[in-house]
Amino acid sequence: MNDLLAARSQMAISLAFHILFAVIGIGLPALMVLAEWRWIRTGDAVFLDLAKRWSKGAAILFAVGAVSGTVLSFELGLLWPTFMGFAGPIIGMPFSLEGFAFFTEAIFLGLYLYGWDRISRRAHLFAGIVVALSGVLSGIFVVIANAWMNTPAGFTIVGGKAIDVRPLAAMANAAAFPETLHMTLAAYAATGLTIAGIHAIIILRGHDNAFHRHALALAIMLGAPAAILQPLSGDLSARNVARYQPAKLAALEAHFETQRGAPLHIGGWPDVERRETRWAIRIPRGLSLLAFHHPNAEVQGLNDTPREDWPPVAIVHVAFQLMVALGSVMALVSIWSLWRWWRARSSDALASDHRLLRALALVTPMGFLAIEAGWTVTEVGRQPWIVYGILRTADAVTPMPGLIVPFLAFTLLYVLLGIIVVSLLRQQIVRSPTQQRGAP
Amino acid sequence: MSLTLADVAAWVIVVALNAYVLFGGADFGGGVWDLLATGPRRREQRELISHAIGPIWEANHVWLIVVVVMLFVCFPPAFAAFGTILHIPLSLMLFGIVLRGSAFVFRAYSYGPRSEQRRWGLTFAVSSLITPIVLGMCVGAIVSGGVGGAMAEVNIGPAATLPAPNAARSASAASFATIYVHPWLTPFTLSVGVMTLALLSFLAATYLTVEARGNPPLQEDFRRRALGAAVAAMVIAMIALALGVASGGVMTRLVGTGWSLAVRAGAACAAIASVIALARRQYPIARIAAGAWVTFMLWGWILAQFPLVIPPTLTIDAAAAPNRTLVETMAVLVGGGLILFPSLWYLLRVFKGRPG
Repeated sequence: MNDLLAARSQMAISLAFHILFAVIGIGLPALMVLAEWRWIRTGDAVFLDLAKRWSKGAAILFAVGAVSGTVLSFELGLLWPTFMGFAGPIIGMPFSLEGFAFFTEAIFLGLYLYGWDRISRRAHLFAGIVVALSGVLSGIFVVIANAWMNTPAGFTIVGGKAIDVRPLAAMANAAAFPETLHMTLAAYAATGLTIAGIHAIIILRGHDNAFHRHALALAIMLGAPAAILQPLSGDLSARNVARYQPAKLAALEAHFETQRGAPLHIGGWPDVERRETRWAIRIPRGLSLLAFHHPNAEVQGLNDTPREDWPPVAIVHVAFQLMVALGSVMALVSIWSLWRWWRARSSDALASDHRLLRALALVTPMGFLAIEAGWTVTEVGRQPWIVYGILRTADAVTPMPGLIVPFLAFTLLYVLLGIIVVSLLRQQIVRSPTQQRGAP
Repeated sequence: MSLTLADVAAWVIVVALNAYVLFGGADFGGGVWDLLATGPRRREQRELISHAIGPIWEANHVWLIVVVVMLFVCFPPAFAAFGTILHIPLSLMLFGIVLRGSAFVFRAYSYGPRSEQRRWGLTFAVSSLITPIVLGMCVGAIVSGGVGGAMAEVNIGPAATLPAPNAARSASAASFATIYVHPWLTPFTLSVGVMTLALLSFLAATYLTVEARGNPPLQEDFRRRALGAAVAAMVIAMIALALGVASGGVMTRLVGTGWSLAVRAGAACAAIASVIALARRQYPIARIAAGAWVTFMLWGWILAQFPLVIPPTLTIDAAAAPNRTLVETMAVLVGGGLILFPSLWYLLRVFKGRPG
């Protein structure tokens, strides 16, 4: 493994790890506030129990998210110092803003977790709302920085130096809105449906009680609308990629030959040597329709991009297919859930429909898998560029040799933390109240 | 000398670093006392530490993020140089930060057997020990000129400049150790690391005497620890100063210049005041004096190297980001501060304002 690949792998593993916590850090506070609000409205103690359980989950995950996020902010300098030297002044602004959002989140999470007996009920609910909102904002700011790497803006290059640097204009780059919308919806959909799935599994195993029924209903309330809206936001993202990053679109669709009325490939394997995609289902004019909303639109193929500027086509294509497939299943099961709920006019209908519960159980891991696949599409699809069209990843990596050592060390650390977090969450959140022992 | 926007940005970073040391640093010091908890009240000591750190350590930790982000936005070449040359110690520090934070939370939320909680406690404590040492060593590497010396070998350009294509960059003739180890591994950097550990432990023990109000035996435990750590910090600070001055560079400005006398006098007064206050059991006064002492030490370092970001040559102006970036960043800081400071005040009022 050469140093560049080691650095990219370390960054990938750090992001892949952190994104899980970042996503739950956005979704779980929303759930905990929802539960507390229901408790205040109904006086049903089960909702209070849920709010406390979810807030403990949020505490564990926020802590790990905070420290893994710290690692990332340092890794930008440890692995890509020259990228930061170039990009820091241009796209540092959203990171500064994220710093404030994160600070606010940490402060109010402290108040929420430790303030049940110390501040008024209203102040407590308010603290929860601030946690949920600042979590969303943090995510949006960081994704804006990523969007800039895909569609850089807010500067002019003259003689290898960025002049006329405008940080606010850099934030308003072309991919910023589609990417942040897609990620925020993904966070709610993944968190909601994963938690719904976990409680569906527990109910199916015979632990059918008010605790799990309420949890299931609240989680569906959060996750299902987001999952249903997600395909629309995906369409927006894809059209943005088609317009600003044609080589990435060609890679994720495994589309080699520039043509009008381009077909859509579903599945299949791109044969990079022979420059054709095999074993795919072809939908005539499908790609032109999706990418430009016109059946005869011309879609640029990979052949129009110099070979050395291609991203790894197979990885990007497969990851994209996976994301779309998982997202579609999530949207369908969400529609089914909401339909059941609406027809029965009661959330209890969800827990009584065992076929639906089994479908929800199946969906449990899908949101997070889709998010990992989606980030693979975004990040690997941008290669060989770290700043699209401006700076190559190979030119941005640190000169320090032996990068395989930190890569292995951090990987080990993340694996260890992952195992521990899962076991703690099982103890804290999922267990029925009947089995509960004294909490701190 | 006129004050530029870059200077203001630099002072903001120092103030944030100061806040991190006073708040976040003390949380690491708390971990050290968790490790060294002894005597019949061992368990009470650990519970007090956990209770004191619990609601606020994450907010305290964010000061470090502020420092890092401000550094790469406003002084990108400095961030690039630190990331490259201090790769190894910064990675170790990250390990410490990750393990400290997660272990603390894992212990708080674990229902497992006592042995499991003890294991997390140990991880929390050991990583609290390593992180301040490495942080101090990084500071030592900067102020001694070690980082600045190795910088020439790794081609770091000014802010907002594209690097030369990797293939075109000349490979440095210097050895791995010269660039990536020697700058931060010297007797001087080690002494700064140990001094940082002693100071933060002192700070934490002093804070804990206030936290332990209403429990005189526990207060006595931390009073004795604070006094011990204060003496250790004084001795090591003298050694560090001597080693630093002997090795030349900007550290020599810490003796002989007019302002340095004031800083040394301030640090000495604060140190003595905190020791006297501890001896007389005037804990709230001791807490203020302890914070002042650590602050004087920090500003002594900063003034010694001002206006250099990385001694011996990289100045604030040479490392600064384009002006518009600085202007907009300052605007964000002011706007963010308007939300942040009232919130922080509220947090501290709820949890530190009255006994509980």
